Amino acid sequence: MSAPTNQHQAVDMESHAHDRGTSDHVDGGAAHGSRGSYVTGFVLSVILTAIPFGLVMSGVISDKSVVAGICMVLAIVQIVVHMIYFLHMNRKSESGWTLMSLIFTIIIVVIALTGSLWVMFHMNQNMMPPMNPTSAAEMSDQM
Amino acid sequence: MTSATNVPPGAQDAVSFYDTDPHEHPPGQSTMLGFWLYLMSDCLIFAMLFAAWGVYGGSYAGGPRPSELFELPLVAVNTAMLLFSSITYGFAMLAADEKKQGATLGWLAITGVFGLCFLGIELYEFSNLIAEGAGPWRSAFLSSFFTLVGTHGLHVTFGIIWLVTLMVQVSRKGLIDANMRRLQCLSLFWHFLDVIWIGVFTFVYLLGVLR
Amino acid sequence: MSDTLLKTIFGRLTLESFPIHEPIILGTFIAVMLGGITLVGAITYFKLWKWLWTEWFTSVDHKKVGIMYMILGTVMLLRGFSDAIMMRAQQAMAFGANEGYLNAHHYDQVFTAHGVIMIFFVAMPFVTGIMNYVVPLQIGARDVSFPFLNNFSFWMTAAGAVIVMASLFVGEFARTGWLAMAPLSGLDYSPDVGVDYYVWALQIAGVGTLLSGVNLIATIVKMRAPGMTMFKMPIFTWSALVTNVLIVAAFPVLTAVLAMLSLDRYVGTHFFTNTGGGNPMMYVNMIWIWGHPEVYILILPLFGVFSEVTSTFSGKRLFGYTSMVYALLVICILAYLVWLHHFFTMGSGASVNSFFGITTMIISIPTGAKIFNWLFTMYKGRIRFELPMMWTVAFMLTFVIGGMTGVLLAVPPADFQLHNSLFLVAHFHNVIIGGVMFGAFAAINYWFPKAFGFKLDPWWGKVSFWSWVVGFWVAFTPLYVLGLMGVTRRLRHFDDPSLQIWFIIAAVGVVMIAVGIAAFLIQIFVSFRDRERLRDWTGDPWDGRSLEWATSSPPPAYNFAFTPVIHDLDAYYDMKTRNAGRPLTGFRDIHMPKNTGTGVILAGLSVAFGLSMIWYMWWLSALSFAGILAVSIFHTFNYDRDFHIHADEVARTEEERTRILANAAAGA
Repeated sequence: MSAPTNQHQAVDMESHAHDRGTSDHVDGGAAHGSRGSYVTGFVLSVILTAIPFGLVMSGVISDKSVVAGICMVLAIVQIVVHMIYFLHMNRKSESGWTLMSLIFTIIIVVIALTGSLWVMFHMNQNMMPPMNPTSAAEMSDQM
Repeated sequence: MTSATNVPPGAQDAVSFYDTDPHEHPPGQSTMLGFWLYLMSDCLIFAMLFAAWGVYGGSYAGGPRPSELFELPLVAVNTAMLLFSSITYGFAMLAADEKKQGATLGWLAITGVFGLCFLGIELYEFSNLIAEGAGPWRSAFLSSFFTLVGTHGLHVTFGIIWLVTLMVQVSRKGLIDANMRRLQCLSLFWHFLDVIWIGVFTFVYLLGVLR
Repeated sequence: MSDTLLKTIFGRLTLESFPIHEPIILGTFIAVMLGGITLVGAITYFKLWKWLWTEWFTSVDHKKVGIMYMILGTVMLLRGFSDAIMMRAQQAMAFGANEGYLNAHHYDQVFTAHGVIMIFFVAMPFVTGIMNYVVPLQIGARDVSFPFLNNFSFWMTAAGAVIVMASLFVGEFARTGWLAMAPLSGLDYSPDVGVDYYVWALQIAGVGTLLSGVNLIATIVKMRAPGMTMFKMPIFTWSALVTNVLIVAAFPVLTAVLAMLSLDRYVGTHFFTNTGGGNPMMYVNMIWIWGHPEVYILILPLFGVFSEVTSTFSGKRLFGYTSMVYALLVICILAYLVWLHHFFTMGSGASVNSFFGITTMIISIPTGAKIFNWLFTMYKGRIRFELPMMWTVAFMLTFVIGGMTGVLLAVPPADFQLHNSLFLVAHFHNVIIGGVMFGAFAAINYWFPKAFGFKLDPWWGKVSFWSWVVGFWVAFTPLYVLGLMGVTRRLRHFDDPSLQIWFIIAAVGVVMIAVGIAAFLIQIFVSFRDRERLRDWTGDPWDGRSLEWATSSPPPAYNFAFTPVIHDLDAYYDMKTRNAGRPLTGFRDIHMPKNTGTGVILAGLSVAFGLSMIWYMWWLSALSFAGILAVSIFHTFNYDRDFHIHADEVARTEEERTRILANAAAGA
């Protein structure tokens, strides 16, 4: 949240506050999709779902970590597709408050997820070191 | 100070300090934002369940592993159900925007059927796992699997209950403003569940099988 | 009747579940029953039930909901504080051959209940109540965004409190400490109902907290008066906004982790067990991801209160308003980056501990900046040492020391020594009492005249103030000393007689705090009795600066007959200096939400659901859950939720105020 964003926000909110009541929209600024955008989103989603399922089920690529990486990237792309075409996220809805709350949530989710994994794996390595000497050496490297 | 607050209008500066010509506020102007904030909080519940999956996903406790349990074709069919229900809900919203009540109800019903199919397949999968001795009490891996996928399924269940309620309300009162707001809230909820499912099929099923 | 039938109906509830063999609990039970019967009898005798139901219980007015939160907090403060006295008495006497008067089974419940009640059912209701009352007035709104939801949130919080209170007389409460750490809270080590009481009380109250968080964010974002841009928002409203963002982003984590704990207990999953691949440390990790933001949820609104009070009673604009706002925003993110400092000793290793140690030290910077801003606001101000200001100064002196012992604990090597010691106990009481409680008293003394139309009696207020502040230091300085000597927390009995004197001093301190609480109750009683002497007709008893002082005290149901238009941060001060008068004619009908009893009914069903889950009465669980679902759905079929206050009635109310103001001006 930087200063300019906030100021911009403030201005937006002011104009919104002034014209509230004059508009008859019930949606309070929520955007609508069109048939075209829903279909686009659907087609993209089908493609983005089919590729990872295909890769994992067929086993075309033998390196598992590559497959896993591709799956995760495609998942993130598909989430963005859903956000835009189905949830109609944009910078304008609710004067930007929906987008800002989404970004804040993503920050917190990332902190909580990666933080938990980091903390727990570090503790497991530290408190329950593997028995064979090679991996013990790897562990001390990571410390 | 007291006298200052009691000056008749006109004695003050030209600046206006009160909105003396107010318009009626449209009811429910905060509803969409409020519901969106609720969804954001729901996001964090799922974040914790994903974190649990991340930590426990490999804790088999000598029990079965994901590659022995998960049937990807079934998951693919399930994913398709949810994806279809998403676009049919979209069509319901488009019909509602055009004030076509019959079409709205029709698309909502189709959405509900897809949702029920999804739940049916999920329950079939769960009962199979439990019958194989891979219930949530078998290992931490299965505990986190059942909790994460089950919580999503529970959300779909409530979504369907809500959808049916809303269909009754639309058929009684028509596509009035209050019902349009409710349709939009359920739309956000339904598509949000689809977004969560993307995380589930990728991180739980696909990456689980790869493990 | 056969055993199976009894079991089907009552689950694991038997006659032995009622602790009639414990004289202390039996005595309390009899006292509570007598008090309860007297209260119910009095309400019936004076025919107040209908008034309570229509004017209060079912009210969706944010002002009344706010006051109900404050009453709930005060009642629960008495319960939580009795637990504190019991602990202090036990620790002061249980040395050597003397075992004290509490057995381990009971003592463990007492310290758990003390923590749970003080955080969830005293501090949280106080904070939520103050925000509920003040925020809509400060932003010039008629009510919150979702008035029904507000009433429902309150009743869910009250339902949680009811469940905790029930554990006192039916069965027992958790014996695990206030966070119910696994694996102690698992079924293997806590097979009885205690932890289940804990889980369901917090889950049900948590629904209320979360929804009230959503409600207040939406209110602040959507309902501000025209002209009130984000950077013209009163600082208390800013702190309320950040607090509620933290609530919405933190409480779901608690919900999730408690749900996993209950799955372990009810279904037999292996999240936090020692067997089956579970990991108890994951519980610690997740509950503190909620727990640390919770600390800021409690303190930030009070930072807002202190800012308002300092500015008003120094007669100056708040120093460094913008930096205050940025400090809040920085804390809002950083609050999620420090949680591991609660368990440095779990063994994650040096890199993890250093990261979280450093972030913890960083988060003290914005807080320090706020202290300087308050000092600079006071600098060269004409300070009036009224009660709210006295509490604020006491807060600054006390909180700084609590904050510094916190930074000390943020150093991992020091924490390895002090972890789990009485030093830690002294530290967090130092910030929670010195920050949250002192802040709550400042807020109560500051806004009480707004809510009731008369000031609180200053003499009893001062008795309460001095007893609290001195009592706090007498009670907790010995704990710092004992902690440095290595005494750990939650002990019931000691062998080393040289420690006893410190516990006796601490017990003296807690008696002084008891005097402070009694004086606070007397202050409220005396103020109601002498309300004509303490009356404020103007609605602006402190020469206030923000919008809530622009309306009458108590404000009419609709708050403002015409929505104010804002030109300055100190909106009402701006109106006063520019001689802005409120309009006296041209009133319109005002659109208001209707009262509803749905919130009370849903909360009542939730209590039934919680209790039946605790006692394994599955039929009642199914029934009450179906009831909750049915009532909720039924409620959505009611589209007729508003009414209009007629323009004539508004005109009458406003003319009355005009007359009163003229009288007050003539009298002065």
